[in-house]
Amino acid sequence: MTKLRKSAPGPLEYLRRWQMQAWLAAVGVFLYAPLIALMAFSFNDSRRNIVWNGFTLKYYEKALNNDGLIEAFVNSLTIAALCTVLSVALGAMVALVLWRFRFPGKTVLDGALALPIVVPEICMGVAMLVFFAKVMPWPVGLPWPLNLGAITIAHVSFSFPFVAVVVRARMASFNREMEEAARDLGAGEWRTIKDVILPHMAPSLVAGALLAFTLSLDDFVITFFTAGPDTVTFPVKVYSMVRFSVTPEVNAASTILIVLTVILTAVALKLQGDPAGVAGGHGDKP
Amino acid sequence: MHRGGLGLGPGFRRDERKKKGPRVTTNQPIITFENVTKRFGKMVAVDNVSLSIQEGEFFSLLGPSGCGKTTLLRMLAGFETPTEGRILIDGQDISNTPPNKRPVNMVFQSYAVFPHMSVADNVAYGLKVDRVSKAERDKRVEEALDLVQLHGLALRRPDQLSGGQRQRVALARALVKRPRVLLLDEPLSALDAKLRDQMRTELCTLQEKVGITFIMVTHDQDEALALASRCAVMNRGVLQQVAGPSDLYEFPNSRFVADFIGSVNLFEGVLAVDEPSHAVVKSPDLDCDIFLDHGVTGARGGTVWAALRPEKIELHKRPDGAPPPNMGDCPLGQNAVAGVIKHEAYLGGQSVYEVEIKSGRRIKVVRQNLTRWDQEDFKLGEAVWLGWHACSPAVLLS
Repeated sequence: MTKLRKSAPGPLEYLRRWQMQAWLAAVGVFLYAPLIALMAFSFNDSRRNIVWNGFTLKYYEKALNNDGLIEAFVNSLTIAALCTVLSVALGAMVALVLWRFRFPGKTVLDGALALPIVVPEICMGVAMLVFFAKVMPWPVGLPWPLNLGAITIAHVSFSFPFVAVVVRARMASFNREMEEAARDLGAGEWRTIKDVILPHMAPSLVAGALLAFTLSLDDFVITFFTAGPDTVTFPVKVYSMVRFSVTPEVNAASTILIVLTVILTAVALKLQGDPAGVAGGHGDKP
Repeated sequence: MHRGGLGLGPGFRRDERKKKGPRVTTNQPIITFENVTKRFGKMVAVDNVSLSIQEGEFFSLLGPSGCGKTTLLRMLAGFETPTEGRILIDGQDISNTPPNKRPVNMVFQSYAVFPHMSVADNVAYGLKVDRVSKAERDKRVEEALDLVQLHGLALRRPDQLSGGQRQRVALARALVKRPRVLLLDEPLSALDAKLRDQMRTELCTLQEKVGITFIMVTHDQDEALALASRCAVMNRGVLQQVAGPSDLYEFPNSRFVADFIGSVNLFEGVLAVDEPSHAVVKSPDLDCDIFLDHGVTGARGGTVWAALRPEKIELHKRPDGAPPPNMGDCPLGQNAVAGVIKHEAYLGGQSVYEVEIKSGRRIKVVRQNLTRWDQEDFKLGEAVWLGWHACSPAVLLS
């Protein structure tokens, strides 16, 4: 028997065309190759980090013993955590107001909300610098974590609009009759929010929290302008280390951060997809 | 008296065909709308509506979309407050009571079943909010689920249910609270035709079983006629007529009601004769006078409309020179007009004809297909006589 000839790709089978496959391959290479290289070279037993000299974990040890780096790392995580909580609360409230009510100045507020998203970061950074220098100086020499206040405020101000946008998009699919049904069945306003509106909002809160956390964690520009001498965050620290040379120590620290973020994202997505949870996922049929 | 009020001879009676009636008759109506008006900005959604509903009724608010029927229902539920007027439940003014404090529950058009709760949790929600004890809650939830035939599905999630089942959940969730009044917003509109028929019957039985007053909003006249013991027809925020289903159909009080409920041939004319025992309407639309075997109170010489239902017109063959059919009962003359069949639609149980008369007006006639082979087969272009009894036309003043 003759070998079955492969049929030509159908009109919608883009993935079977070589142009598309090449494109996908290119995207994959440019997206992931740098990350993989970074991780691989964190195990490289070489001071200069250019040629592969053999496997070692000593740079992890070095990174973990670098007090400055660890301090910056802890600062970053603390700021990100605080920023996430505040941004989610603030963003969700703004989204609720914009979704729920009609009031004069709504369009203005709507536009103003998008401002921190579109304004170039460098401008935000300078603005924050001026603000904390002239308008509301943040006292220097406060005990940890109060010394992180200025940075946290700056982070919240640019990340809560992202949360608001995500939450608002989610609320657009909310059936107002759901809310009315809860009221009709005897629930007061707060009870309705807790029992019906929040559960619907939950997936967007998780997504918003993820956004806020990552935005805060890797922000360099705005942090650079608002950080005092005694408050160094991870990106700023890495930047200062890299200015002299890219040592495997930086690679090691970055790898730890990447792994951490991936785990966090996975956990968040898992929570989001939990059928017993509030996201409305499909449960198992009994 | 809530009867249509026009064109009723002494021989006419009310709704005897309808077996259902108010189950308990007390003097105080369970719900009273007193001159209720609702405006949204400049738009008047509900215009000075006064209406009483008795305990045990299956009441239907009927009208085209945008007529204010849903607004009226939402005011009763507490989602809107009247701009003017009062709403009373059991004699108490509840116009400004929040929805969670009212003894009414609603089945929403989208059912609004909470997607993140199981069927049982959905039904139990209202009781939980009311802090009913767990034991009692479980018992009542089970009863409610039995009532709507959902036993065994208690642990399902709403996304595993069909549309009909979701509606039952919504019904159980509202009924479990034992409301004074159950509100239904277009309850059957989202179901497919077969299921709709089935739910129609079930809603009726359910209402008889629980004895709670039902108020239903619908734009579907069949649904209203089939389910309700009394209907209110609304148009542009104004209450047009409140009556039982057969009164609405046979004794409409206006052109709007006549046209909205079922289909009708309307002839504009002048009331030429108006005596207690008979009346005559002269209509330029029609080639003949319309004789009535009953009087029309007080509009002699004025413009009136004669409403003639298509199924009340008889179709007779008209070979050359054939005399008009004898429609019997009127001493003044025969209600008969000559015409030609211009259109035919065969609908299975019945056929609908459009017959053109000399004036050019087309008249709609419905004929039941009583046998499998029609003895008198009417064909397109055939000459026919149209005849009707003197008691059939309804004379409308507006």
